[in-house]
Amino acid sequence: MSGEAPERETALPDGWELVVGLEVHVELSTATKLFCGCANRFGDEPNTNVCPVCLGLPGSLPVVNAAAVDFAMRLGRALGCEVRPAVFARKNYFYPDMPKDYQISQYDQPTNIDGRLELADGHVVGIERAHIEEDTGKTTHVGGGGRIHDASYALVDYNRAGVPLVEIVSRPDIRTAEQARAYVRELRAILLSVGVSDARMEEGSMRVDANVSVRPSGSDELRTRCEIKNLSSLRSLGRAITFEAGRHVDLWSSGERPRQETRHWDEAQGRTTPGRSKEDAEDYRYFQDPDLVPLVPSAEQVAAIDAELPVLPAARRAELLAVGAGAVSASDAALLVERDQDELVRAAVSGGAEPGLTATRVANDLAVDDWSRVTPASLAALIGLESSGQMTATQAKQVLAEMVETGDEPASIAERRGFQAMAGDDLAATVDEVIAANPGEWARYRDGDDTGRKKLSGFFIGQVMRATRGRADGAAVNRLLQERAEPA
Amino acid sequence: MTAGAIAAAVAAGERTARSVAEDYLDRIAADDSEIGAFNLVLVDEALAAADRVDAAVARGEPPGPLCGVPVALKDNLCTRGIPTTCSSRMLEGWRPPYNATVVERLRAAGAVVVGKTNLDEFAMGSSTENSAFGPTRNPHDTSRVPGGSSGGSAASVAAGFSALALGSDTGGSIRQPAALCGVVGMKPTYGRVSRYGLVAFASSLDQIGPFAATVADAAACYEAIAGHDPLDSTSIDQPLEPIEDALAEGVEGLRVGVLAELCGGAPPEAPAGNGAPADVSRGVEGVAGDVLSRVRDAAETLERAGAEVRTVSVPSAVLGLSAYYLIAPAEASSNLARYDGVRYGLRVDAANAAEMNVNTRTAGFGAEVKRRIMLGTYALSAGYYDAFYGKALRVRTLMLEEFAAVYNDVDVLLCPTAPTTAFELGAKTADPLLMYLNDVCTIPSNLTGHPAISVPFGRGDDGLPVGVQIMGPALSERLIFRVAAALERTATGEGSAP
Amino acid sequence: MARLARLRFSDEELDELAAQLSAVLDHAADVEALDVSGIEPTSHPQPLSDVARADKVRPSVSRAEVLAQAPSVADGQFRVPPILGEAP
Repeated sequence: MSGEAPERETALPDGWELVVGLEVHVELSTATKLFCGCANRFGDEPNTNVCPVCLGLPGSLPVVNAAAVDFAMRLGRALGCEVRPAVFARKNYFYPDMPKDYQISQYDQPTNIDGRLELADGHVVGIERAHIEEDTGKTTHVGGGGRIHDASYALVDYNRAGVPLVEIVSRPDIRTAEQARAYVRELRAILLSVGVSDARMEEGSMRVDANVSVRPSGSDELRTRCEIKNLSSLRSLGRAITFEAGRHVDLWSSGERPRQETRHWDEAQGRTTPGRSKEDAEDYRYFQDPDLVPLVPSAEQVAAIDAELPVLPAARRAELLAVGAGAVSASDAALLVERDQDELVRAAVSGGAEPGLTATRVANDLAVDDWSRVTPASLAALIGLESSGQMTATQAKQVLAEMVETGDEPASIAERRGFQAMAGDDLAATVDEVIAANPGEWARYRDGDDTGRKKLSGFFIGQVMRATRGRADGAAVNRLLQERAEPA
Repeated sequence: MTAGAIAAAVAAGERTARSVAEDYLDRIAADDSEIGAFNLVLVDEALAAADRVDAAVARGEPPGPLCGVPVALKDNLCTRGIPTTCSSRMLEGWRPPYNATVVERLRAAGAVVVGKTNLDEFAMGSSTENSAFGPTRNPHDTSRVPGGSSGGSAASVAAGFSALALGSDTGGSIRQPAALCGVVGMKPTYGRVSRYGLVAFASSLDQIGPFAATVADAAACYEAIAGHDPLDSTSIDQPLEPIEDALAEGVEGLRVGVLAELCGGAPPEAPAGNGAPADVSRGVEGVAGDVLSRVRDAAETLERAGAEVRTVSVPSAVLGLSAYYLIAPAEASSNLARYDGVRYGLRVDAANAAEMNVNTRTAGFGAEVKRRIMLGTYALSAGYYDAFYGKALRVRTLMLEEFAAVYNDVDVLLCPTAPTTAFELGAKTADPLLMYLNDVCTIPSNLTGHPAISVPFGRGDDGLPVGVQIMGPALSERLIFRVAAALERTATGEGSAP
Repeated sequence: MARLARLRFSDEELDELAAQLSAVLDHAADVEALDVSGIEPTSHPQPLSDVARADKVRPSVSRAEVLAQAPSVADGQFRVPPILGEAP
């Protein structure tokens, strides 16, 4: 998620305001399903994690998973929600991927209500509710080139049926596509931090639907909204909202009005299209599920959850930014918190490492799953070697990679590899050799303006690096080049 | 032979479980074609189970309380690998991959399952005529119905096809057929017996319970199946009180209330004890005079035995039938949605999945099941929820409060089980409401979740058995068995028979 | 209503059904007419709460046993005719 290039959204025409609310389903990372002991695991052979309960066989009964309830309450508290007594209800509708042809969900008495999520820029999005429900199975449409309308049959796998979900419903407080993406990023960071979901959009363990409408700027009204589904990435989310808002503005501007409907995002075409019609009128005939009993969390239970809540991402980012007193960039801070590496960086900094460089080095070069061998002390030592010029950036990256593998001290790795930054005289000699070997490029560098020089400095640094097998410090080479082009 | 006598004989090595099973299976083979109690007779399985019991006895293992006792299971209780049909085309041939908790407990107690008994389709009915596989007939008069929906189980015990049977009771489906077949039938406190593996009709009302020829046998069967089950969230986690020693205690000093609203309205005699309102004469419709006479006899019997008998009033009891016929169909409409032709059971194919669902359900369900699904769908639908389902749930509250109040004044309540004795086959099939009225006296305990027992007490003018009902507050099983045992002693001649 | 319940009735059946249902609903008029203001609904006879199980894996049922009961199967999955509508 973090690697995506930021995309600039086209602003709405003057006089219009975007109104977005998001419904996010997240699968909880419990060991078992919500109402039975089947494994909650992605990617297994179809219909191998099933039992009478999650297949909805006649006579079977649900018993709620205590961990799922606990996870949901933890998430609720992390979102600042009030945790309340809750009951499970049945949402009745027919669909082949729903084993009982009703979904057990929470309706008028959800576990969490009235929370808030503060985005990195300070904008606050209200959370209406975060309720517990069961997931459906997975349907594959076969034949007809994968197009649903032409499919010759469908296959159903119930491994996912009954996996615990929390649906987090925001208030329509989101005003730009970027805010929508920031909301999802932040929600994901909170989910990871609280440890209740792996929240992967690509694998479907985090699914985002957007309710989009527009209104004249300054108005309080809520106009007809469309629910956009099939948003499988942050990029899709931003693009879909932008497209849909534009469509609404066009309709209103030409005297028409959007229809309230579900629409699907078509990533290839870059537009939303109307969903297939629903099979039945929407009357879900909700009623309290008589097979389950109410959840009544005690004040002590909620207090215990609060006491165990980790420091949330927003606070951790703030701490990181404070440590560097501006030296750590906001994007590095976000990334480090997301990867759980902020504590490592802060410890290394308190061990004497330079904050900005530490953050950058870890953010850029420690994107690995297992970095347990890198201790704050060894990281601080590495950054010390680099910032004091005893090691080049390239060398530091290689040493860090070896620290990940072996856990050895950076000094001994550097020594073993024969790494030490080249002494200044040696480097200057090499730079002169490279200049002499490339007279044409040098002439253009010397006579060029800033832009021209920038282009060519890359060439010269590359040549020097090749000659020194990476032991040169790029910044030092650049300095030497400039000195030679404009002798004092 | 009673179940107790069989268990004692098998445990003592005086009889083998196999010989007992063979006797019962022979009787089924000889006579069930006339009665139609069974959907499936498990000859091989029963003999194998009996052999296991005998082997265990031979090894000197502690015999279970139902050691070698032949038991019949209502065919809405899941049996692993053995067809479980609910007497519906929808589930014809379905073999569950698991056993109901009660089935596991019966086996652990040493019981031998001899077969699966007929019922009204998905337990919806009061005569066992709504079965896809044909009706069951009353062993006392085969032109009459056995009651329902657990008619097969009641008939099985009445005909001597099994010493015990299990049924399920959602609105009276154990007690009413027990009354009509002249056997003991008991509905435990909601949550006392695990519902895991009972194919759901109306989940907040369904309870599994025993049929037996005697109160003591019914109590032993209840004790074998009752108790906490972690697979049922609504299961009560409280210790069971032993019942057997209470049966002989008698009723001296017990306060018994005759429930006016279920006894034709007008108090049989004596003024209302708990300040019953003046309109107590507003009772439920259709309770026959001969049945009321037997209830009066029962009241007198208890009084003679030392109980303090008075008439009491629970005004909301008259609303029970209406509330029930909103709540039960509502839950059923949801519980029966899963029969969609996708995962098990019947499928009638079509060009698309939704039409396949419609074809399957239209072909697979009988008329009564469809009627209740439609009624329940209506009661839950957006425009009508508050007027019907929502109100029915409040009537339930009202009943709970009024029963709680009356149980401050009396220990148990006495009333008829069914409004009439067994009626002719076909007599009520054309008029659903008339059929529903059969449950008018049994429904209140389902709505409140309280235990109740029907015990045979004399006969009607037509010579057919009459059952009287003892109801008690939640978890009062020991008490209602005790009162039932006192009535049984009279009815069987140990006292002054009516 | 029949569509919601995924049932089909002939016209005659519908007429009969309508008459029968209205008889039952007429009988329920006493409930409908009742003043229940101030009375809380009871969905459940037992006042239980917070019944939950530990998050421990229990064995699943074998796929062969499960699929053996299915009307139609392909590739280890339940096979159904094409699905035209979309899930809510």
